[in-house]
Amino acid sequence: MTAWEPVIGLEMHVELDTRTKMFCACEVTKGDAPNTHTCPRCLAHPGALPVVNQRAVEYAARIALALNCSVRPRNIFHRKNYFYPDLPKAYQISQYDEPLAVEGWFEYWVGDEKLRCRINRVHMEEDAAKLIHAGGDAGRIAGSDYSMVDFNRGGTPLIEIVSEPDIPSPEAARELLQQLRNLVIELGVSECNMEEGQIRWDANVSVRPKGSTELGTRTELKNMNSFRYLQQALDAEIPRQVEVLEAGGTIDLETLHFDPDTGTTTPLRSKEEAHDYRYFPEPDLVPLVIDPAWVEELRRAQPELPAARVERFTAQYGLSRADALVLGSAHALAAFYEEVVALGAGAKPAANWTMGEYLAHLNAAGLEAGHGHVTAERLAKLVKLVEDGTVSTSSGKDVFAKMIAERAEPEDIVDKYGLGQISDTSELAAIVAAIVAANPAQVEQYRGGKQQVIGFFVGQVMKASGGRANPQLVNELLRKALGT
Amino acid sequence: MIGEDDVRYVAKLARLRLEQDEVARMTGELAKILAHIDKMSELDMAGVPPTAHVLDVVNVTRPDKPQPSLSRSDALRNAPAVDDACFRVPRMS
Repeated sequence: MTAWEPVIGLEMHVELDTRTKMFCACEVTKGDAPNTHTCPRCLAHPGALPVVNQRAVEYAARIALALNCSVRPRNIFHRKNYFYPDLPKAYQISQYDEPLAVEGWFEYWVGDEKLRCRINRVHMEEDAAKLIHAGGDAGRIAGSDYSMVDFNRGGTPLIEIVSEPDIPSPEAARELLQQLRNLVIELGVSECNMEEGQIRWDANVSVRPKGSTELGTRTELKNMNSFRYLQQALDAEIPRQVEVLEAGGTIDLETLHFDPDTGTTTPLRSKEEAHDYRYFPEPDLVPLVIDPAWVEELRRAQPELPAARVERFTAQYGLSRADALVLGSAHALAAFYEEVVALGAGAKPAANWTMGEYLAHLNAAGLEAGHGHVTAERLAKLVKLVEDGTVSTSSGKDVFAKMIAERAEPEDIVDKYGLGQISDTSELAAIVAAIVAANPAQVEQYRGGKQQVIGFFVGQVMKASGGRANPQLVNELLRKALGT
Repeated sequence: MIGEDDVRYVAKLARLRLEQDEVARMTGELAKILAHIDKMSELDMAGVPPTAHVLDVVNVTRPDKPQPSLSRSDALRNAPAVDDACFRVPRMS
């Protein structure tokens, strides 16, 4: 029985958040009425000439630098020729054998393991228009009667990032994409909004006998924009290839469609000769000569990248690597956490509250970090109230929930509901005495040497106090009352 | 050497419909053009960088500043078919 291993490569597309399109001055917008941002250039009227958006080159170069690529001193644009209604010129202006940047790498984490994926190239191109399929099943090509074209998106600056086939598993592919998305967001060059399709990717996958260095024939999964579907599609495609090969068959180089409903991959009808794009240099654009001094300037101005921030979180805040990855990987959550700490909360408790209650709240409410109903100021106050013993940890969770419900300051919640921790010895001693008196059987067990029964008593006292008792004091009082 | 199959293939990629006599004529004409290019290949070009553009100009860019776009009615004016706010095209096969 041969053991097989998958080999995965990714081709990622990112729409840049420039103000204007790649080759014309129409505004890049989201959600505006169809065909309100077009001009003779992005509608491909005869004679209209493209001019490169300087900001798009800068953003692309910054992505390339963050991926450790060499920005090439000279690059040119090519025409990629094919017919489709979302492409009015019948060619896409793209880059071919003289792209912006080549030969980089990206390091990413899969659990505790740091992996490196080589980056083949980063190049610039323009996005296609949006097609809306009318009639038939909503939004599907199959069965539609005709299509409508909205050219607002047509010509939006698009970056293509091509990886080498270095990715060892579907899970690693998903992690790489998520972490690369965080990197691009960090750079501030794209929000990478998934619903808007601002980031999307193709995956190519092949399998080979474990330990082999040769690549098998690959298949391509096109135009995906969900991390979950990517992993599901690869989880379906890899065993399919293994099955074909073990039965003595061969894999065809083809493009596949993943159907999330059935969980299977099926070949897309192949567009005849679709892969003969007849690239040639774009005669309407002159070469770009990139000044190395400008590249150095961009490199110096790069923000702290997620990988470096994760390292810093372990060193500066004493966090475990796992915690640092959760808190430091994405810009918004990292900024929130650092604000809580800067406002005086201890680094460790602030980490626990941010990863625990705060993240749970974001997930439950479907909100992005920083947009939850608890501000960094209020969380910092709450953490400090717990740290100085004003409220117990369990009451703190109650306070947190009420802060969300009432959009109020933690100290006001504590006052309003009387959630302050009981550290008054006489008040607690009365509760302890009552609990001990009410549970003679457990008292006997404890005195008979069953020390762990103390947990039962602590629980009962905490319950009786509404979670407000100071646990340390409860322990002391219990041991005294139980006579040890 | 270019043959009639090459001409038919290229015509198909370019969405051109050629009659048989046109295929024959095009094959002859394209063969002459390619022969001319082959003639140039006889020159020693070692050390001459490929030219992507005839102009001795580089780095023509523009600032990222929006300019007014066309109105939608102007944008759709020349469309053979319109559906509400969009260009309407035949269904994709």
